[in-house]
Amino acid sequence: MIKVEGVSKRYPGHTAVDNISFEVEKGQVVGFLGPNGAGKTTTMRILTCFMPPSSGTASVAGFDVMDQSMEVKRRIGYLPETPPLYPEMEVAEYLTFVGNLKGMGGNNLRKRVDEVSEKCNVGDVRNKLVSKLSKGYKQRVGLAQAIIHNPEVLILDEPTSGLDPKQILETRDLIKGLAGDHTIILSTHILPEVEQICERVVIISRGKLVATDSMENLTNRMRGSEVIGLTVEGQPESGVVQEKLERVAGVSRVILKLTQDSSCAFEIESLQGRNIRADLARAVVEAGWNLIELRPVSMSLEEVFLQLTATEVSA
Amino acid sequence: MNNILTIWQKEVKSYFVSPIAYALLTIYAIVSGFFSYVAVGYFLDRSIGAQAGRGGPMDVNEWVIRPVMMNVGVISLFLIPMITMRLFAEEKRSGTIELLITSPIRDYEIVLGKWLGALTMYACILSLTLVNLSVLFIFGSPDWRPVATSFLGMLLQGGCLLSIGGFISNTTKNQILAGAATFGVSLLMWTFDWFTGFKSDAWAKVLAYLSLTSHFEPFSKGVIDSKDVIFYVSVIALGLFLTTRSLESLRWRA
Repeated sequence: MIKVEGVSKRYPGHTAVDNISFEVEKGQVVGFLGPNGAGKTTTMRILTCFMPPSSGTASVAGFDVMDQSMEVKRRIGYLPETPPLYPEMEVAEYLTFVGNLKGMGGNNLRKRVDEVSEKCNVGDVRNKLVSKLSKGYKQRVGLAQAIIHNPEVLILDEPTSGLDPKQILETRDLIKGLAGDHTIILSTHILPEVEQICERVVIISRGKLVATDSMENLTNRMRGSEVIGLTVEGQPESGVVQEKLERVAGVSRVILKLTQDSSCAFEIESLQGRNIRADLARAVVEAGWNLIELRPVSMSLEEVFLQLTATEVSA
Repeated sequence: MNNILTIWQKEVKSYFVSPIAYALLTIYAIVSGFFSYVAVGYFLDRSIGAQAGRGGPMDVNEWVIRPVMMNVGVISLFLIPMITMRLFAEEKRSGTIELLITSPIRDYEIVLGKWLGALTMYACILSLTLVNLSVLFIFGSPDWRPVATSFLGMLLQGGCLLSIGGFISNTTKNQILAGAATFGVSLLMWTFDWFTGFKSDAWAKVLAYLSLTSHFEPFSKGVIDSKDVIFYVSVIALGLFLTTRSLESLRWRA
């Protein structure tokens, strides 16, 4: 559905986007992830035909963003970082205006305005001036604007930024509801958001593509060296336990996390590719202590993200 | 065509739901009313002289309507920057330009729609002059034809400044800057023919040709000269063309 091949955007003095390639299939929800200033907005602007790439090609639904921009624009709904609202318009009036811009009109549009107002929960303010709306409503009107012409592709630039937690949840649900009918790219730097909504992640940092993969693969891939949480009871001397654990084959590091009464919790890192859980359990039991917890500590997306973007920075 | 209409409608509405339209209309009504009053006052004063046997023949068109229309041009110099300054600058600042550019609508349609919107606003302001002039038609019988051509001339001249102002507004995010620059350019274009007072070389002639006033003269006398119409239309076209190109260039530079 969306194909980006070797796209770069250079300005005098710096490169905002550097040779990025990725593909998005129909109906997928893709999270576009990266620290501020990584080039997310620039890439989105290239996809929406707001600006052309300096080099490389991008296409949406088979149409090139440079040569067939009209066709691309017809198929894209775009919510920029600040919703493009006219404060002096009423909500319904604004949505009608955007519908007209997208080439809709008449009864068809009137029905559609009702539909999207309903869908985006802005029906109760449809006769209010945009300038009088709260931030959350403005964001939702922005979203309604993006889907008014029922586009195949939705591009949302930080759709939840600046909202309060309740509004964030509502907006996420809304986006989840839109998935399936639409192919969605959404940029964010809020990681749980990606974990909740997206099937795939594209991570960029400093204009370069760092990773693109499904959510599952990405977290798995980063779990090259396993971390195991282990809690032992019945031995007041944590140092003794630590020493014993360090002697287990395949263990690279043991970190004492917590000591409480007679139990102590550790985090144990293994060497790459070694499964040490059975050996750890045996070591504890053979020493006569009680093993009360043994679990793999999975890496959160935050850690994955930091690890990926941090290597990029240091490189 | 539909797209132009959509943009035009939005522009006209945005003038009239904001205080801009009413402020400009009010200011214009007061100032042009004052100018008309003064012109009529002079005329009356002269007519007393004429009754006493001094002075030439009395002519309402020549002594009242023509000066009033010339004054209208001067007031326009101040009002037009206020009409055009927000045209693009506001959209660029608020980010709504992103909506327009990423919609399936061509750049020239945006530019033309906005220009027509500004022209409509200007025409509404101009029409207030008719109220002032109607008094002359009630109490006298001036020739209506020079009035009609003057309005046509005013619209064309205003169209030029609006298209230049639109272009300037497209080059900045700052409305005040856009307004000030438009005012400067308008004033210069208004006074270019002053050169001919003391110079007669080629440059002076070129500048005089570019002067907006010298092309308005024939209109105010009831003459529609194709050379003046062509001048105004080409300046309008040039302004709109430049605006379209600079809108395109937004993307390359953005």
